[in-house]
Amino acid sequence: MLRTHPRLRAVLLRCAQAIPVVVGVVVISFVLTRALPGDPAVYFAGVMADEASIQETRVAMGLDKPLPQQFLIYVGELMRGDLGQSLTSGRAVATDLANRLPASLELTLTALLLACAIAIPLGVLAATRPGTWVDHLCRVIVTAGVSLPTFFTGIVLIYVFYYLLGIAPSPLGRLDFIYLEPEHVTGFYLIDAAIAGDWETWWGAAKQLILPAGTLALFTLAPVARMTRAAMLTALSSDFIRTARAAGLSRSRVLYGYAFRNALLPVVTTLGMVFSFALGANVLVEKVFAWPGIGSYAVEALVVSDYAAVQGFVLAMALLFVLLNLVIDLLYTAIDPRIGFDSK
Amino acid sequence: MLNVRNLAVSFQTRRGQVDAVRGISFDLAKGEILGIVGESGSGKSVTSYALMRILDAGGVIRAGEASYSGTDLRRASERNMRDIRGREISMIFQNPRAALNPIRKVGHQIEDVLRQHGRATRQDARTKAIAALEAVRIKDAAARYDAYPFELSGGMCQRIVCAIALACDPKLLIADEPTTGLDITTQKAVMDLVRDLIRDRGMSSILITHDLGLAAQYCDRIMVMKDGQIVEQGDPVQIFSDPQHAYSRKLVDATPREGESIRSLLPPEERKALIPHKVHPRPLLEVTDLVKTYQGKSGPVHAVRGISFRIDQGQSVGLVGESGCGKSTTSEILVRLLDPTSGTILFDGQDIAGIPAQRFVKDPRRADIQMVFQDATDSLNPRHSARQTIAEPLRRLGGMGGSALAARIEELAALVGLPLPLLDRFPHQLSGGQKARVGIARAVALNPRFLILDEPTAALDVSIQAVVLNLLVDLRAKLGLSYLFVSHDLHVVRLLCDHVLVMKDGAIVEEGPAHRVMSEPTHPYTRELLAAAPKPPARRIAAA
Repeated sequence: MLRTHPRLRAVLLRCAQAIPVVVGVVVISFVLTRALPGDPAVYFAGVMADEASIQETRVAMGLDKPLPQQFLIYVGELMRGDLGQSLTSGRAVATDLANRLPASLELTLTALLLACAIAIPLGVLAATRPGTWVDHLCRVIVTAGVSLPTFFTGIVLIYVFYYLLGIAPSPLGRLDFIYLEPEHVTGFYLIDAAIAGDWETWWGAAKQLILPAGTLALFTLAPVARMTRAAMLTALSSDFIRTARAAGLSRSRVLYGYAFRNALLPVVTTLGMVFSFALGANVLVEKVFAWPGIGSYAVEALVVSDYAAVQGFVLAMALLFVLLNLVIDLLYTAIDPRIGFDSK
Repeated sequence: MLNVRNLAVSFQTRRGQVDAVRGISFDLAKGEILGIVGESGSGKSVTSYALMRILDAGGVIRAGEASYSGTDLRRASERNMRDIRGREISMIFQNPRAALNPIRKVGHQIEDVLRQHGRATRQDARTKAIAALEAVRIKDAAARYDAYPFELSGGMCQRIVCAIALACDPKLLIADEPTTGLDITTQKAVMDLVRDLIRDRGMSSILITHDLGLAAQYCDRIMVMKDGQIVEQGDPVQIFSDPQHAYSRKLVDATPREGESIRSLLPPEERKALIPHKVHPRPLLEVTDLVKTYQGKSGPVHAVRGISFRIDQGQSVGLVGESGCGKSTTSEILVRLLDPTSGTILFDGQDIAGIPAQRFVKDPRRADIQMVFQDATDSLNPRHSARQTIAEPLRRLGGMGGSALAARIEELAALVGLPLPLLDRFPHQLSGGQKARVGIARAVALNPRFLILDEPTAALDVSIQAVVLNLLVDLRAKLGLSYLFVSHDLHVVRLLCDHVLVMKDGAIVEEGPAHRVMSEPTHPYTRELLAAAPKPPARRIAAA
């Protein structure tokens, strides 16, 4: 079976390659958090603590044991799905992440969808009409997108749409207090509300989402549009496009069936990169819009050396990246038949 | 059927307007095969793109008329043109692998055309596409339907391109350099196929090529183009035997063919007396049982299977074979850029096969064995001027510097006929022939004794090829060089070499003196190669 299906084998092989990466991630996230400056025992023992009570806290937190032993304990707990207790929120880190990760993902994914919906057609149009107003518009938007920092665009959008025009709701979190949270299924409010058939709440969540997603979209749009334009230009000047034209294929067939599918590969690569830095850029947007996401959680935990929370965050993000890269590589195999034969 | 009157095409570039085609006129009758022959930049491809109205951005038909069976090709709407393309006039291109969509099954690419022109419906498209594949004599067509271009050989890809072009029974087929880059036996197979299909269907055809010999063999009429103009047209035999225009005479002269000498490739006024080169019957290079095996995914790949040969001092040996026969691997091993799996290479009596390729650069014999590469453009560093390129080996291996270096570079430039002002130009500012000269100057800079020439003229126009081949012959006599000349062009090998090795599947199937192998080949493969080479008609009036 595997011998006769080289592509299936390549896919399975690629999935297997993710395993050592995950192991490495666990080790690194552990070591990194231990290397952070500051002694959490001092912090959590309180301002009035003396030597003895700090030592007591340290033993209680398990920080007096040697590092390898701490690591073994950590891995053992990880196996049971226990990421430890967050010292700031007082809840299990796993619960915190489960609450906050969907918020961040919903924001980032909406932003990316928005960015793709604008950037890809814009890039295609710019490539088919180089030197025209569409091309120049594309260039202006791209330049603006990369040069404006997200916290600035965020604040400008709030100023215009909330303060001046009054169209947008107050930029405070995922849902206005007049709505009830939809029942937790996926943690994505838009999806959960749709499942519940509660369109009023859906609309409320969408209204809250649109400004932060727009801010992030403006930032991520630039590389996607640029790459689409460049990849389309390369594809359109290929020999096979000339063959297709000489065979009398219609313009849309040549453009979308032939050129665009070939241009997709670099675009997908860029999307993967954009997604990862959008998750990073999230922190600022989350702060500006008081979005209860994973970025602001991590920053707060980092400030107080909340080991378990930071570790959980790093691990969750790393796993997300591993998953993302896996998805992108699998997408390649779907788009390009040449992959899977070349790989060793 | 096709009438072209005063057609002019120009391109808008940053440096202003460039006239690619300057007012050409010709007619094409039903059932006729017309050859358009010219060197790069002559406007021959642009003419065909203009007829199909698929010029690249910036290209416009500036003047003239072109009509096909009463349709005005210049003024027809884009919608009408789309119906004409593929259904009435279709094209096949050079570099067939790139001419196919790399990520679409070939069967689907044929279906696209069939359905575009309403020749097939969703239900019967597959059957009709397979029929189109069978029409171009593809074996096991149903299995090939699901193949992607990268899974097929170059010749097979060109058949697919033909299948796409002929799927909708067009009346006119334009073939733009259809066999450039293909092996000589594949070239013959593809050209024979195209000719048969055209004859069977009563189609007309325009064959665009740089190879006068190929055009003469397959065309009813030949048109010679230069700088966007037709300089001569007529019967192929007549053009070959008695070319009227100076340019077509030059082109005919430069086309290598039987019974000519290397000097006769050049125009008569440039034919200097040939200095004979001396062959000493002392071996310079002795190769014994050379083997190279690569570890492939599906078992070992035997690139070279135990070959043995000898090159005497001053001798030129031709290594002939088709792609994949192991000739490039052999030359890379000999130039010591690749380690053999086993075997010995005695250079001047000492084994150099045992020295790892990575350390050979430190060996004193590095300077003795040099190479001229196939692609003059790709083998030059685009960031280095000609002077820096030539200086590189002198500085690194020769330890030269200062005024001695400058003097040696100018001496070398004079030796290879590169004008001194060109020394400070970068590769993109040089022509193909000039780049070839830079490559040769770099190779001979350290006074090597043995030079490996890997298809040094494959990418050059024939008139430039003639000049470069003559330069190589002169250098050989002046510097007492021994050559290993790797080529697929038997005519060229005969002109340049004393001895020939014919390679197939990693083994030498025949060897012997060049004139003997060419005139009385003993191995069937050599006979096949010779039969596949285009045979241009001889010139009746042999120039002095």
